[in-house]
Amino acid sequence: MYGLRDKVAAEPGIELLVHRNPEAEKLGINPFDHGPLHTDMWKTEGLKQALDQYGFDAAFGGARRDEEKSRAKERVFSFRDKNHRWDPKNQRPELWSLYNAKKGAKESIRVFPLSNWTELDIWQYIYAEGIEIVPLYLSAPRPTVERDGTLLMVDDERFPLQPGETPVDRSVRFRTLGCYPLTGAVESEATTLAEVIQEMLVATTSERQGRVIDKDGGAASMEKKKQEGYF
Amino acid sequence: MATLLKPLDAAETAREELERWIDATQKKSLLRFITCGSVDDGKSTLIGRLLYDSKMLFEDQLSTLASDSKKQGTQGEALDFALLVDGLAAEREQGITIDVAYRFFATERRKFIVADTPGHEQYTRNMVTGASTADLAVILIDARKGVLTQTKRHSFLVHLLGIRNVVLAVNKMDLVGYDQSAFDRIVEDYAAFAKTAGIGTFTAIPVSGLKGDNITSRSAEIDWYDSPFLLEHLEAVPAAERKAGDEPFRMAVQWVSRPSQNFRGYTGRIASGQVRVGDPISVLPAGRNTFVERIVTFDGDLDQAVAGQSVTLTLTDEIDCSRGDILVAAGERSDAVSRISASLIWMSDEKLVPHRSYWLKVGTQTVSASIDTVQSITDVNTLEISDGNALALNDIGKVVIDLDRAIPGVRYVDNRKLGGFILIDKMTHATVAAGLVDDFPANAVRRAAGPTSTIIWVTGPDRALWAARTAAELKAQRRQVSIIDEEAIAGFPADDPVLTAREAAKLLAAAGVHVLVTIEARPGEAHPGRVVEASNEDNGGGEWVI
Repeated sequence: MYGLRDKVAAEPGIELLVHRNPEAEKLGINPFDHGPLHTDMWKTEGLKQALDQYGFDAAFGGARRDEEKSRAKERVFSFRDKNHRWDPKNQRPELWSLYNAKKGAKESIRVFPLSNWTELDIWQYIYAEGIEIVPLYLSAPRPTVERDGTLLMVDDERFPLQPGETPVDRSVRFRTLGCYPLTGAVESEATTLAEVIQEMLVATTSERQGRVIDKDGGAASMEKKKQEGYF
Repeated sequence: MATLLKPLDAAETAREELERWIDATQKKSLLRFITCGSVDDGKSTLIGRLLYDSKMLFEDQLSTLASDSKKQGTQGEALDFALLVDGLAAEREQGITIDVAYRFFATERRKFIVADTPGHEQYTRNMVTGASTADLAVILIDARKGVLTQTKRHSFLVHLLGIRNVVLAVNKMDLVGYDQSAFDRIVEDYAAFAKTAGIGTFTAIPVSGLKGDNITSRSAEIDWYDSPFLLEHLEAVPAAERKAGDEPFRMAVQWVSRPSQNFRGYTGRIASGQVRVGDPISVLPAGRNTFVERIVTFDGDLDQAVAGQSVTLTLTDEIDCSRGDILVAAGERSDAVSRISASLIWMSDEKLVPHRSYWLKVGTQTVSASIDTVQSITDVNTLEISDGNALALNDIGKVVIDLDRAIPGVRYVDNRKLGGFILIDKMTHATVAAGLVDDFPANAVRRAAGPTSTIIWVTGPDRALWAARTAAELKAQRRQVSIIDEEAIAGFPADDPVLTAREAAKLLAAAGVHVLVTIEARPGEAHPGRVVEASNEDNGGGEWVI
């Protein structure tokens, strides 16, 4: 993922800023020992720190309304207060294609230009435009363990195996890429983009099914995370 | 279901077949629609049914729905589809829809975006938000209850927002024994109301969301109804994007692209019509004419582009054109206006303050605006019109708005994208109102003399009244005012009374008198202010007032 990111930024000469939450780094926060705290500190807090440090007015994200039920309520121009909080009950009405980009100092706007795209739209677009993707989206034999109904990939020695677990090579790919290893893989034989699209057409589970973080706080888990500043 | 996305044969990677399929999918038109109805009309069940039958619900979502239904559902043992669209914790807790939710599904013929909008009056603003981008509205009625106050409110808002495809879905037909007379009675009631509300046509369909009658397939129970079922109708309605292509070319300039000394292009999304290289176009509000030189895109130059495409146009002449200006097909006249009358839907808890300054965002520009007068307020439940001078949350009023500078005047009925606007509070930056440009009071008015005196040409149906009021205002400021009305003009020499009126006005203005000329525009002349503009350039010009 990082490799493709660096390449995509380098080609048109975009200045890539990378921020890592120094506190999380110092405390050695990781997904294996700290669970949800890992998402909070690395993703939510880290993002907020970076936005504050550089004073950005707006942050673009790729979230779509078809992904998850609280995201279905999200605005295209989504206002965040000084503390990066989202107030889902008091969102700015968004009419026609008129977006209200006014904001005060230190407030910011999360912008979701792909709000009305569906998962299938994304893949068709990638196919039609020949866009390079991270290989993890395509199937390959990878060492995995099954834990709580989710297929987790055993990437390297950072992955602590639980008693009785032995990595098994399975042909898997990822429908969505979140932070490792909080994203589950799906068993698949789709090794090309065309096969991925065909597989999607007959899929019986949703894209975010493999996202552990959607469920770690009950039905309103994502809404709560978003309120706290998660993308 | 015959209407579903057909899975391809997954066995062989028929690349060709996939490409054909992708090609066909990309050519599919998109229909955006809203559903409106009260809590118990079965709105969510209907959407759930559409999603479920078009395979847009996945196993994990269904199992989540099943466990949520047990916990929070209101449908006993059955799945509570409302929990599928009510995505916020507060909505699930209270069992009501607060905010618009957008859901997506597709059939072999078309892609759909459905906005599920709240029924409660308290959330009218959210319904309006959903309606602003919809091509069609499905208004649900419970067959046992008939036309309710809510039905009328929703229909009024749908009509106000310019949605001309209205489906009256008479739901829960299973609970009235699929009785045709019950259906006919409701349709008759609604037709009577629709007439008073100005709704021209609507399509009534007897359905049952729960049982799936006439939703995605023809009902066996309702054999007395042989017109299209709901999904069949949704697939057949002409898509707005196609219609927009037949309208005159209009594009609001979003950005002036100047990457180097040698290139200057005007970027934006085409709001309506189409444009070809070489087409004559005008830049509004200035009204200058030029030609399209190139149509530039990331993938190379195009010969032509249509509504919905984002393009960069270069022009043959170097003319003044900036963000917010509108490029239109030459001959598409549009007045530059700095005073508009509009329908305003107030969306803030804080009341409207007349004469307070708000940001007004229209097209791609933001100007400073203040509400001069609230002419009337419409009660959204009874549709009764009353006087008033302040708008509160969810009130709908007719207002007159003054802008700090002239913008191209586009009426909402002519173009939804360019005739709709929002008001933004300058302190809180909240979006406080949505507005629809209705008209331009006393359009064609121009200041034609120095700063101390003005010639104001007044046209429009209320010209006499407007002139009298303005004269009174100016007199109150101890200015000298003279009105040249049509009666006076009729008395001037017959060879060119308008020219005579103009000369008289200029003489009076030169003497420091404010002159109001009320006149009806002649055929072929959008407004006589242009005549003054031409003869007055050497006079230092002037700027539009009012």
